[in-house]
Amino acid sequence: MAKELWKGNEAIAEAAIRAGCTAYFGYPITPQSEIPEYMSLHMPQSGGVFLQTESEVSTINMLYGAGGSGVRVMTTTSSPGFALMQEGMGYLAGAQVPCVICNCMRGGPGLGTIQPAQGDYFEATRGGGNGDYENVVLAPSNMQEAVDMVQEAFDIADQYRNPCLLLIDGLIGQMMEPIEWHEVKHRDLPPKDWATDGRNGRDHHNIINSLYIDPVECNNFNTELQKKFKLMEENECRWEETDCDDAEVVLVAYGTPARISLSAMEALREHGVKAGLFRPKTVWPYPYEALRKISKQDSVKKFLVVEMSEGQMIQDVELAVQGRKPIEFLGHAGGVMPTVEEIAEMAMKGLK
Amino acid sequence: MKKQITVSGFGGQGVLSIGKSLVEAGMSEGLEVTWAPSYGPEMRGGTANCSVVISDQPIGSPVFTHPSELIAMNLPALEKFEPNVEAGGMIIVNSSVVDEKVERTDVKAYYVPCVDIATELGNTKVANMVMLGAYVKATGALKVETVQEMIKGMFTGRKAKLVPLNMEAFQKGMDCIN
Repeated sequence: MAKELWKGNEAIAEAAIRAGCTAYFGYPITPQSEIPEYMSLHMPQSGGVFLQTESEVSTINMLYGAGGSGVRVMTTTSSPGFALMQEGMGYLAGAQVPCVICNCMRGGPGLGTIQPAQGDYFEATRGGGNGDYENVVLAPSNMQEAVDMVQEAFDIADQYRNPCLLLIDGLIGQMMEPIEWHEVKHRDLPPKDWATDGRNGRDHHNIINSLYIDPVECNNFNTELQKKFKLMEENECRWEETDCDDAEVVLVAYGTPARISLSAMEALREHGVKAGLFRPKTVWPYPYEALRKISKQDSVKKFLVVEMSEGQMIQDVELAVQGRKPIEFLGHAGGVMPTVEEIAEMAMKGLK
Repeated sequence: MKKQITVSGFGGQGVLSIGKSLVEAGMSEGLEVTWAPSYGPEMRGGTANCSVVISDQPIGSPVFTHPSELIAMNLPALEKFEPNVEAGGMIIVNSSVVDEKVERTDVKAYYVPCVDIATELGNTKVANMVMLGAYVKATGALKVETVQEMIKGMFTGRKAKLVPLNMEAFQKGMDCIN
C-alpha cells in the first residue's frame, strides 16, 4: 500500500470507521474538532450514525446507550470535555460497556489553552470516575501508531467488555505525517450475548446496570472486575526501548515528548553521551517490570522523565525504579513543548 | 539529508500550504516527512507558521528550535525567526512585502518578490507557488520534476486549467535564484 499524507485527527476518525465503528457522538473542542467534522461527513456515508451532542455529559451517556446495544461506538474530546465525562467513565466501567474514547489533551487546568499538553495523565490512568475501575490507555507517539491503535482499541474494548482510552496530545491531532493503511490483525472476540439489542428469542431481557445494592453482591462484582483488570495488565502492556542496553541516562517519555526525546537522544549520542529512550505505549497498564529491569543495569546512572505536564507519569517511573537510581524531571505545562536542546542539556548534567 | 523548515507569514498567504507542498513532494520521493502547524485563535491576517521536517532518516521531533531554512512571508516572521536559523542555514524573504534585509551574515539570504511575480502572472494566489520554486532551487532538497508532478496532481477536474499558471509561478520562483 502506498503511503498517504493524513492529518492526525482525520486519520484517527478514518481509522475508527475502518475498525467498524458505527456510532460517533461528540462535541467540538479544539484541538480535536477535525474528528467530529470528519465523522459528520463520513459516518453517514459509511452507514453509521453521527450526532453532535449538546454537551460532553450527554456524549458519554450516549456511549453507554449505544455501546450497551452492542455496536462499536466512539467519542473524542479534549481535556475540559474529558473532565465532564468522568462520571460516565465510572458508569461505563461498572456496567461493562465497551467503547473507545480519545482524549486529545490540551493545557489546563480548567479552560487552560488549546495548545498540546499531557496534564490529564492521572485522570486517564488513575481514573476520574468513582469506584475501583481500570481501563487500557493507549499512548501513540506517531500517526501510524495512532491509526493502528485506534483500530485495535475497539477490539480491546470488546474483548474485555470495558472502555478503552486513547491518550494523545494536541500536536498528534494537528500534525500531518504519512501513514499506510494496512489490515490490523483482529482478535477472536466473545459474542455480545449481553447486549440490550432485543430479546431475540431468549427467555429473558438483557439488563445493563452498575447497581448492586447488596454489599456482598457488590463486593463479588468488584472481585470479578478485578480479575478482568488483572488480565488486561497481563496482556495489554506495551513499550519501546531505544538504545537502553548500554545507556548511562535513560529518557522516559510518551506521546510527542517521546519524539522530541528521541531527537535529544540522537543528539546526545552524537556528543558521545550514552543515552537511551524508554517509551511506554500503554500508560495503563504501565510497563513497570521492563523499566525496573533497566533500572537494575549497572550502566544506568540516572533517569530523566520528560512530560508536557508538571510531573504526573514520573510517579509511575518512581514506582518502577523504586529508588535504585536518581530520577530527574523536565516538564512544561500549559501548551509549552520541551525542546531537544533543553532535554539534552539536562540529560548531560552530572554525567562525567 | 535533513531539512528543518519554518514557514511563516500572515494567515491567508498560503504559509501552511507551502509547508504541505513540501511534505507532499518529499513523501513522493520516498523521504520521511512531518508537518506541524502552529494553531491557535487565529484569523485571516493574523500570523501563521508551520514546522516541516524532510529527512532520509526516520524523524524524531516534528518541532525544533533551529530551522535549517526559514521562509519569511512577512516582516514579523523575519523578525521572530531570523535569530533562530542555524548557522550556515538559509532565509528566503518575500521581498514584495518585506523591505528589510537579513541582518545575519552567517546564513544565506535570498529575496523573492513573490507577490509581484504572482501579480504579473495575473493571480496573487500563486505567490506561494513562486516561493516554493525559490525554495526548491535554492536548497536542491527536492527534485524539480517531483514538485511539478505534485502540482499536476493538486489541480484536477474543473481546476485542471490552473496547472499551467501554477507551473509557471513555480518556474518563475526558481528563476529568482542564481
